Amino acid sequence: MRVTVRLFARLRDITGAAELARDTAPGATIGEIWRDLAREFPELTGYERSISTAVNADYARMDTRVAEGDEIAFLPPVSGG
Amino acid sequence: MAKILIPTPLRPYTDKQDAVDASGATVGELLADLTRKHAGLKAHLYNEQGRLRSFVNVYVNDEDIRYLQKEQTPVAANDTVSIIPSVAGGAGPEKGYDPFSTAAVAEKGSYPFSDREAPALTNDEVKRYSRHLIMPEVGVDGQRKLKAAKVLCIGAGGLGSPVAMYLAAAGVGTLGLVDFDVVDFSNLQRQILHSTPDVGRPKLQSAKEKLHALNPEIEIRTHEVALSSQNALQLFEPYDIIVDGTDNFPTRYLVNDACVLLGKPNAYGSIFRFEGQASVFATKNGPCYRCLYPEPPPPGLVPSCAEGGVLGVLPGLIGVIQATETAKLIMGIGEPLIGRFLIYDALRMRFRELKLRKDPDCPACGTHPTVTKLIDYEQFCGITPAAPEPVIVNNATELTSVELKQRLDRGEKLTIVDVREPNELQINRIPGSVHIPLGDIPKRYNELDPDAELVMQCKSGVRSAKAAEFLRSVGFKRVLNLKGGILDWIDKVDPSQPKY
Repeated sequence: MRVTVRLFARLRDITGAAELARDTAPGATIGEIWRDLAREFPELTGYERSISTAVNADYARMDTRVAEGDEIAFLPPVSGG
Repeated sequence: MAKILIPTPLRPYTDKQDAVDASGATVGELLADLTRKHAGLKAHLYNEQGRLRSFVNVYVNDEDIRYLQKEQTPVAANDTVSIIPSVAGGAGPEKGYDPFSTAAVAEKGSYPFSDREAPALTNDEVKRYSRHLIMPEVGVDGQRKLKAAKVLCIGAGGLGSPVAMYLAAAGVGTLGLVDFDVVDFSNLQRQILHSTPDVGRPKLQSAKEKLHALNPEIEIRTHEVALSSQNALQLFEPYDIIVDGTDNFPTRYLVNDACVLLGKPNAYGSIFRFEGQASVFATKNGPCYRCLYPEPPPPGLVPSCAEGGVLGVLPGLIGVIQATETAKLIMGIGEPLIGRFLIYDALRMRFRELKLRKDPDCPACGTHPTVTKLIDYEQFCGITPAAPEPVIVNNATELTSVELKQRLDRGEKLTIVDVREPNELQINRIPGSVHIPLGDIPKRYNELDPDAELVMQCKSGVRSAKAAEFLRSVGFKRVLNLKGGILDWIDKVDPSQPKY
């Protein structure tokens, strides 16, 4: 199934894209999608525990399952003031 | 039957309803039905010739009917029609408004201090706040609530500047500021509380002068301390709302936890390069910062503004959102940004919003909180006090800029590797260095001679330490990190170059 991945702040810099379309197994969790992405962009690896995620603009957890056509957002924390 | 959204200025003519159902197959028929139900609207929507007034724009599902079929645009049952009149702003003086005709109303229901008596307004204040007073949503009652309110702003920098200036201008009666920094040239690109002559002065001195000049009616309290677990609860106690405008993760978790423990809302904002975030955390039933980010990022993973840069205008926008939410909370009006996480992208000029819920398992605000007092936030964020430098004479891992200069002067063969971004090299550079940005090191390290002695260098020594660590991990034996980076080099060796 196909999902849209949205990346913010530093994650966008690392991947060079704000939005990526990715194919994934039916019933995949956000965590699985993230880890696939981290294999593709190893620099992402360190962020896993500190990012927040959302499915279709609704805050979610890494174990949340996603469906065909979902939009998954990955947001690293930012601290600037 | 379609729904017509009514803008604020026209709601007096629809019995204060913000949406009215009307029937009709086209926009024209729908509006005719609307003005039949609410006759007072007619003169506002149509001119004497019965045409839609030019400043009234009508949208069907976010599409302007001028680009559809105008009043003949068909409307289906589930469509939403919006009437959007142009809003002028910046209008001239209004006559005939008598603020004293508004009876004093008992203070009830406003968010932070429902039982505090709000002070009356003086004649000078009535003049100053007249643009507030004439709006029924604010009025004398709202202005008195602002006057009674006590807001503490953490940080008088990029976010703190607009927050403090707008809240002072709006008449927040007691405005506290926490900061212990001095104004630096590099602050002036965004920290609009401070001006060029303030460089070198304490930020709070500069802030207090500016805010007092802006509004001498309010009390400005300055707290020139580093916020810590020891002083936070005591500092926050007298205030109603805390505005988080800090620039580091330990302080953000500290502010959040202190707000949760004291039950005070946290008007949160944070920025990075071209992106900003805002929300209202730690209200009674809303989520807190830890519901969103339970764990801090490991140190060094997320760059600060000093490392990553920031668009000067960005904190203006995010700070103004924090100030807006603070004013709304005080007056108890509108829809607060509670349970809503706003993300702003300045480059794409786009706002996104995530729905956020209170996490029952949240360690701070959940049903069984484990954070019951303030902790060591430096340690929580993995920042431990610097351990004494390991002194290994023959296997040193770093050198100082003075040592580097001495070795270069002796004619020793060293390769200086600058790992900064290309735009940083345009500002300053150690002569003779080779350039590989940190992110490219893993794929380009084979350009370096593994037998040569390498000196890794960046702006301040943090990124180059990572690069050095990586090179050692792939087998490089003679890798040194330049302590303090090019900034130290300029301080100690080559003051002719500019610093940033």
